[in-house]
Amino acid sequence: MNETRHHVTLTVNGVVREATVPGRRLLSDCLRHDLGLTGTHVGCEHGVCGACTVLLDGEPVRSCLTFAVTADGHEITTVEGLARDGGLSPVQRAFTERHALQCGFCTPGFLCTVTAFLRDNPVPTEEEALEAVAGNLCRCTGYQNILKAVHRAAELQAEEGR
Amino acid sequence: MKPPPFDYHGPVTLGEALDVLAEAGPGGKVLAGGQSLIPLLNMRLAAPAHIVDVNRVPGLDGIEAGPEGVRVGALARHAAVERSPGAAAALPLLRQALRLVAHPVIRNRGTVVGSLVHADPAAEMPAVLALLGGSVRLASRDGEREVPAAEFFTGPMESALRPGELALSAFFPALPPRSGTAFYEVARRHGDYAVAGVAAAVTLDEDLRVAAARVACVSVGPVPVVVDVTSACGPGPAAAAGWEAVAGAVQDRVDPEGDIHATAEYRRHLTGVLAARALRDAALAARGEES
Repeated sequence: MNETRHHVTLTVNGVVREATVPGRRLLSDCLRHDLGLTGTHVGCEHGVCGACTVLLDGEPVRSCLTFAVTADGHEITTVEGLARDGGLSPVQRAFTERHALQCGFCTPGFLCTVTAFLRDNPVPTEEEALEAVAGNLCRCTGYQNILKAVHRAAELQAEEGR
Repeated sequence: MKPPPFDYHGPVTLGEALDVLAEAGPGGKVLAGGQSLIPLLNMRLAAPAHIVDVNRVPGLDGIEAGPEGVRVGALARHAAVERSPGAAAALPLLRQALRLVAHPVIRNRGTVVGSLVHADPAAEMPAVLALLGGSVRLASRDGEREVPAAEFFTGPMESALRPGELALSAFFPALPPRSGTAFYEVARRHGDYAVAGVAAAVTLDEDLRVAAARVACVSVGPVPVVVDVTSACGPGPAAAAGWEAVAGAVQDRVDPEGDIHATAEYRRHLTGVLAARALRDAALAARGEES
């Protein structure tokens, strides 16, 4: 069947990107296949695992539960856009320091989720941090080091005065 | 795990959206937050011929809170309603319930009205609307109608929404003075669908006796099960009410089914435990005390 294709313009990590996609193209697939940004990982494709989480206008969303056409004209931040000034972001450094990843498949989703969470709640309690990452599945770490990394990232951000 | 093909429509006015829906008829499906619809599409459990994406229609994301209650527009995200100070002040039950809806990331995108139209008997927002006796405003090219909650939820994942209609908003009426609410549920993991859950609303009279008490139970019937337990509370002061016995009356009224997550008996048991807890805390809140 010949599907109608739609022209979309997305600002991804600060760069204006264009693609022509069918209406059913998931934002996750648009990022990976149309724009070549394979840092966003695709796990369950029905919103359970959280691996595909990206920031849409600054808010974390499941890119597998959003159509690329719906995001037309909006700003997207993927894991590729978290590093700043040529260096890893505080959240990325905290994940490295606290050994919060093993296979790394889930990590892009965690990084996007935690980045937005700490922006809104710079000094989270243990319980708040736990709930913040509860929507992302990690099958390697057992979460203990991820929670340590959330708190370490909060420390790093505080030290750097943001 | 990719959606089946469909014709995508992105109307930019309400009139255009209603025209497209009217032409699409039974093959049309509204896309707002998509947090229930897109999983169904990805798993190929639904294959609508037309998707009508209303995200560009202006004026649908309103949250109007006042002494009468809270009206929530079709594009108001769960997170926006959860964070609204006005909605929390007018109706604390909204925030109590919204914190139980999936995960924060899903709530950033999902909409309250979308949850109502999806009409999942395990979902929190239909139970809240049913408990409060709220309503949903539906629009089509031929006009608007306001459907009360009791008539809106017609079965599991089925609502009174007709082909060609768009759910414009939902109204959650406020409770009288000296009222309190609570919402508790048990899920296998925080954010998962509830194995059982109970929303309670208790209103006291001037002598702090129970004037009205209702619960709405999730995951134990085809639609939210509302039970009025006012008479079971007895004539004494609410502080001395036997909530376990009242909860027994709730257990008798639900008809859960068993599945891989829980047996029917376990769901009934949980419903009783959660009803007692929710009613007790709602009564405490009605007296202005924290649980």
